[in-house]
Amino acid sequence: MSAEQANHKRIGMEVSFAVAEAVKMLEVEAIAAYPITPQTHIVEELSQMVADGDLDAEYIPVESEHSAMSACLGTSLAGARTYTATSSQGLALMNEVLFVASGLRLPIVMTIVNRSLSAPLSIWGDHSDIMSIRDVGWLQFFAENGQEAFDLTICAFKVAEDKRVLLPTGVNLDGFSVSHVVEPMLIPDPKLVRDFVPSYEPQLRADPADPVMIGPIGIPEIYTEAHMARDVALIQSRKLIDEVFADFEKVFGRRYHALESYRADDAEVIVMAMGGMAETAMGAVDTLRNEGIKAGLVHIRVWRPFPFDDLRAMLKNAELVLVIDRALCAGGPGGPVASEVRSALYPLEKRPQVACQIAGLSGRDVRALHIVQMLKRSMAQAEAGELPEYELHNVREVAQ
Amino acid sequence: MAKLPGWKDLSLGIAITDAGNAKEYRTGDWRSMRPVTDESKCISCGWCWLLCPDHSRQPFPRKSPKADCPFDDFYDVDEYYCKGCGICAAECPTGAIKMVPEVGQ
Repeated sequence: MSAEQANHKRIGMEVSFAVAEAVKMLEVEAIAAYPITPQTHIVEELSQMVADGDLDAEYIPVESEHSAMSACLGTSLAGARTYTATSSQGLALMNEVLFVASGLRLPIVMTIVNRSLSAPLSIWGDHSDIMSIRDVGWLQFFAENGQEAFDLTICAFKVAEDKRVLLPTGVNLDGFSVSHVVEPMLIPDPKLVRDFVPSYEPQLRADPADPVMIGPIGIPEIYTEAHMARDVALIQSRKLIDEVFADFEKVFGRRYHALESYRADDAEVIVMAMGGMAETAMGAVDTLRNEGIKAGLVHIRVWRPFPFDDLRAMLKNAELVLVIDRALCAGGPGGPVASEVRSALYPLEKRPQVACQIAGLSGRDVRALHIVQMLKRSMAQAEAGELPEYELHNVREVAQ
Repeated sequence: MAKLPGWKDLSLGIAITDAGNAKEYRTGDWRSMRPVTDESKCISCGWCWLLCPDHSRQPFPRKSPKADCPFDDFYDVDEYYCKGCGICAAECPTGAIKMVPEVGQ
């Protein structure tokens, strides 16, 4: 079947419901659910699907996100294809269990509908939540729009459950500005999705007929080796991700890469953004190009494992890279993405300057115009040799 | 302890796939006090065996059998697993067990 035929259904759908649709098509067997804004629509929709008999899964309503991830450990260890979704405070509450999931090599898939962290209490979108758990040993994908959220959910299961990976995987999408938007989406035939992702064959399983001890103490003599094994699996998953993205294109006609770019080949100044803001940045790049500024966009699709080599290759000829972060490493390097980009570029003999602007916290609007302003500001600062460590974009000094 | 595995040797998720291997891990290493049993005072009641939290009290054959004791074994400590908590010494009804400080190698 051609890619065009595979994508025969183009329908308007709320992105959260499309993610639930992907989970249904994959015949997930266990879902742990706790409602937290802005993730709630996903698990509500899944609840309806299970109640209606459209999805034959154990639906486990839990009393907290700590329990949600703990339940996921149990169902995954029992051999079930396991899914959950969370946001913000919920992700923070899951924190300690997230490490266990990756340490035990359980291919749980979780949608993270990115939202700011309290205080002050905010339900709106930014990347504070995911950046606070970036080192838990999970694979991390970032979707920019609804189609990508749908597609990457499917890819996430295929990568996570591959015998060469077996690691939990997170699919990130922006709260509200992606999750609650109704988009025209290409929804493929469920059979194609099921053929694309083979049924899950658990490799480590709690089976009374074949007892094993899972999660034993890691004495000092073994803990480092255990972390090495997990880290190698995470780094090597990159090869599988590339394979799965290539296979996905063959079946569904859309191609993803760990690192993606827009008009960046000959760019002297490059904007970097993740999530939905990367789409806005395309508009900014077009505006800048029309003004004669050789601008380009590079955005990170696969945040973990971090695509070091691709990043170096893509940025090595640029003079200035502006990273727009949607989280703040308080008292530290500013933006987490900028920090890692600087670190990745350090081995280059000739490296671009890296500017960091922190924008779009708690869902504050960032338009193409703002990105143009930010880039011009960074260019002027770099020109004057006064590039700051980082800046918070558009902060009011006095009451308006 | 047996030869330590390298990172490539570890099972998926660090699961332990062979049952009962805790026996291979000698947990007596961090002891600071050691129980010493006077075989001549031991009446083989098994009280220390019952109360030992680590099951490190075991019957050992008597070196000098006692005429008035019908048992061939007395209860001594398996020092690979004894952590020196002193419960056996505190509870022994005949005072056969004394705690003495461990000395350096």
